[in-house]
Amino acid sequence: MQQQNSRFFFNVDWITILIYMALCAIGFVNIFSVQYDPDKSEAFSFSAEYGKQLIFIISALVLGLSILLFDSKFFSVFAPIVYGVTILLLLAVLVVGRNVGGNQAWIPIGSFRLQPSEFAKFGTALLLARYISSFNVKLNSLKPILICAAIIVLPMVLIMLQPDAGSMLVFLSFMFPLYREGLPGSLLIIFWGAVLLFILNLFVSPSLLICCILIIGGLFAYNARKRLQKVINIGIITLIAICYLFVAKYLFENVLKPHQRTRIELILGLTSDNRGAGYNVIQSKIAIGAGQLTGRGYLEGTQTKYGYVPAQSTDFIFSTIGEEWGFVGCFVVIGLYMFLLLRIVNMAERQRSVFSRVYGYSIACILFFHVFINIGMTIGIMPVIGIPLPFISYGGSSLWSFTILLFIFLKLDSNRMGFI
Amino acid sequence: MDQLFNRKYIVQGLFVLIALILLGRLFYIQVASDKYFLDANNNALRKKFIYPARGVITDRNGKVLAQNQPTYDLMVTPNEVKPFDTLSLCNIIGITMEDFRKKFHKAIVQSRYQSSIFQKLLSVQTYATLQERMANYKGFDVQKRTIRYYPDSIGGQLLGYIREANQREIEKYQGYYKPGDYIGKSGLEKQYEVELRGSKGIKRILYNAYNVAQGSYADGKFDSLAVAGEQLTTTIDVEIQKLGEQLLTTKVGSIVAIEPATGEILAFVSSPGYDPNLMVGPETGNNYMRILSNPYRPLFSRPLRGRYSPGSAFKPLDALIALQDGVVDENSTFNCPGYYIAGNRRFKCEHVDGNIALRRGIARSCNTYFWSIFAKMMLKKGYKNQHKAYDEWQEKVRKFGIGDTLGIDFPGESAYKLFTAEDYTKRYSKYWGYTTILSVGIGQGEITTTPLQMANIMAIIANRGYYVKPHLVKGIGEGKHIDPKYKEKHYVGIDAKHFEPVIDGMQDAVNSPIGTATESRIPNILMCGKTGTVQNVHGKNHSVFIGFAPRDNPKIAIAVIVENGGYGGAYAAPIASFITEKYLTDSLKGRRINGATIDQYKSTNLLPVLKDKLPKQKIKTDTSKVDSTKKTVPLKSNTANNQFNKVAIAPKNNATTE
Repeated sequence: MQQQNSRFFFNVDWITILIYMALCAIGFVNIFSVQYDPDKSEAFSFSAEYGKQLIFIISALVLGLSILLFDSKFFSVFAPIVYGVTILLLLAVLVVGRNVGGNQAWIPIGSFRLQPSEFAKFGTALLLARYISSFNVKLNSLKPILICAAIIVLPMVLIMLQPDAGSMLVFLSFMFPLYREGLPGSLLIIFWGAVLLFILNLFVSPSLLICCILIIGGLFAYNARKRLQKVINIGIITLIAICYLFVAKYLFENVLKPHQRTRIELILGLTSDNRGAGYNVIQSKIAIGAGQLTGRGYLEGTQTKYGYVPAQSTDFIFSTIGEEWGFVGCFVVIGLYMFLLLRIVNMAERQRSVFSRVYGYSIACILFFHVFINIGMTIGIMPVIGIPLPFISYGGSSLWSFTILLFIFLKLDSNRMGFI
Repeated sequence: MDQLFNRKYIVQGLFVLIALILLGRLFYIQVASDKYFLDANNNALRKKFIYPARGVITDRNGKVLAQNQPTYDLMVTPNEVKPFDTLSLCNIIGITMEDFRKKFHKAIVQSRYQSSIFQKLLSVQTYATLQERMANYKGFDVQKRTIRYYPDSIGGQLLGYIREANQREIEKYQGYYKPGDYIGKSGLEKQYEVELRGSKGIKRILYNAYNVAQGSYADGKFDSLAVAGEQLTTTIDVEIQKLGEQLLTTKVGSIVAIEPATGEILAFVSSPGYDPNLMVGPETGNNYMRILSNPYRPLFSRPLRGRYSPGSAFKPLDALIALQDGVVDENSTFNCPGYYIAGNRRFKCEHVDGNIALRRGIARSCNTYFWSIFAKMMLKKGYKNQHKAYDEWQEKVRKFGIGDTLGIDFPGESAYKLFTAEDYTKRYSKYWGYTTILSVGIGQGEITTTPLQMANIMAIIANRGYYVKPHLVKGIGEGKHIDPKYKEKHYVGIDAKHFEPVIDGMQDAVNSPIGTATESRIPNILMCGKTGTVQNVHGKNHSVFIGFAPRDNPKIAIAVIVENGGYGGAYAAPIASFITEKYLTDSLKGRRINGATIDQYKSTNLLPVLKDKLPKQKIKTDTSKVDSTKKTVPLKSNTANNQFNKVAIAPKNNATTE
């Protein structure tokens, strides 16, 4: 037992935990700065956001360390149940959820609120890992791909009903673990090609776009002129692409909500609106730009402290970092994230079990997606879809869910030599 | 599996690529571009300006010409206004409810959150009443400012006025002024704007997104105090400036007096002028429009821009050049039979003097004498080289400061052209000779000067050969520093010995019975001078006098022009005489000139009758431009006038010499 314990502690990747704690600390420090008011030197308050965040961090740490005490097999075995529970929670939130800011995404528990969509991520990651690691599943045939898609799309649909487009889009990051496990790259290309077409569709005239598609299709067909089957396939794809254009246009104009449309249009520079939806982004960009190379100094940010940036401590916490710590601070934060992500991928690759590897890739990609979209939206290169910055943004649900995600992987990794 | 293992690098590569994109974008926003940094300051930092007192303007002896007096503006910040007793406020500041509504609406349109002026220029009494009740009027605030006050009400044009800066000025000074700030618009206020205004103090205050002040930025580290404007010590002597303005009231004209040794301008009178106090206070707008629409153009700076032929006042200069050239000496005589024959034409002189030399020629203002020396100068290189001779001559005239600006420290000085030989060739083709431009020899025709230039010519003669650029400011602030260019001596290329004979003639013009301005002689002071009577195609002749005093070690050089004042001895010379007496003896003996007291001179109305003429056309009458194409006609009329001059003077002379 003694032996096992020490082995366990050696096997846990403490460097990752250190990075995790560093990010949590950065989050706390900056949330404190957002709330700091030099004129009111109040005593430390646990009812303020920074106080609550401290509680969240401590409890998350406890939660994470207790996860390390679980048996590794537990996660693989109970994956379907965890997934089932998160799906139930997602259903429950539609019934008993509290509406905050237009999204019915929160289940109130005492003074805290639970956000099931945060927990759906690791439920999905577990089940996906479990399915792919099961015997004889190869992701180059249609059936397993469809099953994987079903696992991913079910929570997406439920989240879309809340509706919370931001959290829903996070599930797209599961594409990368699937890709690693053998999903044909062409599928990814087709998917992102569709996304690209969708965006182009908004500001390039349809006739021009159709011409382009026909020309590209024609070139491919000419290239493959010796093989009739391929030419036919290319013809079909070209035709689908053209139909897709009209469907996409219809979807954009009739299915997306007006505020979502404006956000997309704003990001593409199709409209400019300094007071409405664009206000957040402009103020956030101003705050970050004001930081310049070395920042205004801790607690010195005027833009972020005086309430110019909405959702300051949650979705736009990065603008505080940008203003007070400057480019240097941003570089450090992004550097920490990159180090963490690359390390998780490397760790995933050293797993002997497919389950651990798929799970590792899943969390790396979920974290990556959050970081990219969140920072991207604060500097105006991504639409504002309201997803938190992992470990840094204020909020218990997101911190706990990211902690659970990460520590389950750390537990799996500590046991990497064993079979699951 | 090996093949799929490579996909790790694709995923990791994607991570790194995206991280680099984020960092690149951050680098652009934070380091490469400072647009966002400035935007952040615009968001949260408001500058509150503290206005310094404008510099005081004094005369040469320290007597105040322009000072400041406090005034109060009522400011309003619309979104801070709570319901209150509007009627009481209206009563205090003396407006109607209707006005109140309009002003309040205007303030809202300007900005709900920033304070703007509600009522300008409250009196001290209003301010005192208001101050007691300010607590009742939430959102209202009183801001102290200073405005100009002119204790003697003199020197309107000289001092200039200040008004709100316009867009062009705001751009010109690159950010110092903002709309509503005051700026010197004319005169010394404009010329020395930067020195007079001082510099604004800046308080940087942080505001939050709800526009509530959050205290000073960086504990006031970057705040600055207001620095008061510098005191401006002018060269003006307030006593003679005042006397000059009084003497020219109800006349059109100007007076420029210069201290010859230093180039300091002692008096700078432009008439009609205006009371500078009209340009401050709540009625400024109306007063300004009234002054602007006055047909006698009180805003036109005649000493610097008025265009006059110097006329006979040019003769001393002509004589100096002739002496320097050596074409005559002081004893050379010419016969004046009452006319002058040039080519086949005969030009009349107003008197028969027989053989006349330099001294008498100047004293009597003999046209024949000056035509003769002009002809000698033009022909000195032979008949064929007249054009070259003329060019040499006009170069010498130019040295006296004619044909260009003198570079006074005052905005708007005009440069009137002095013709070169080439200019004449352009006008007459190449067949022109001295007879064509004979009128130039007696200061008529194409030669035009400003009153400042005439006074400067006198300063040159008083200094026996040099001048210092005339200027209006002696010292700025404590250090009393002025531009060194106002200390340099400019020599005009005439030897000192040639001045004495000319000055003899000028002395006789004032002090001997044969002179043209003997009436204006000052007891116990030797004033030297020269009258001029400048014909004017639009009306009565302009009366001109230039002179200096005393003869030895001169203290004042003066030029007086009274439009439509008749001959030079009638108005210009007496006015110059009174001013010189006042300046040199600090008193007026109460003597009569031409039988009139100083008060009679002050009250004489010589304003031209305007025959439904627009003010713009009026200005053209200032230029008694004589077209050489019809040169004989004006010369004849000139003669006639001079005869009248003499006839008129004689009987009065008899009457007062008792």
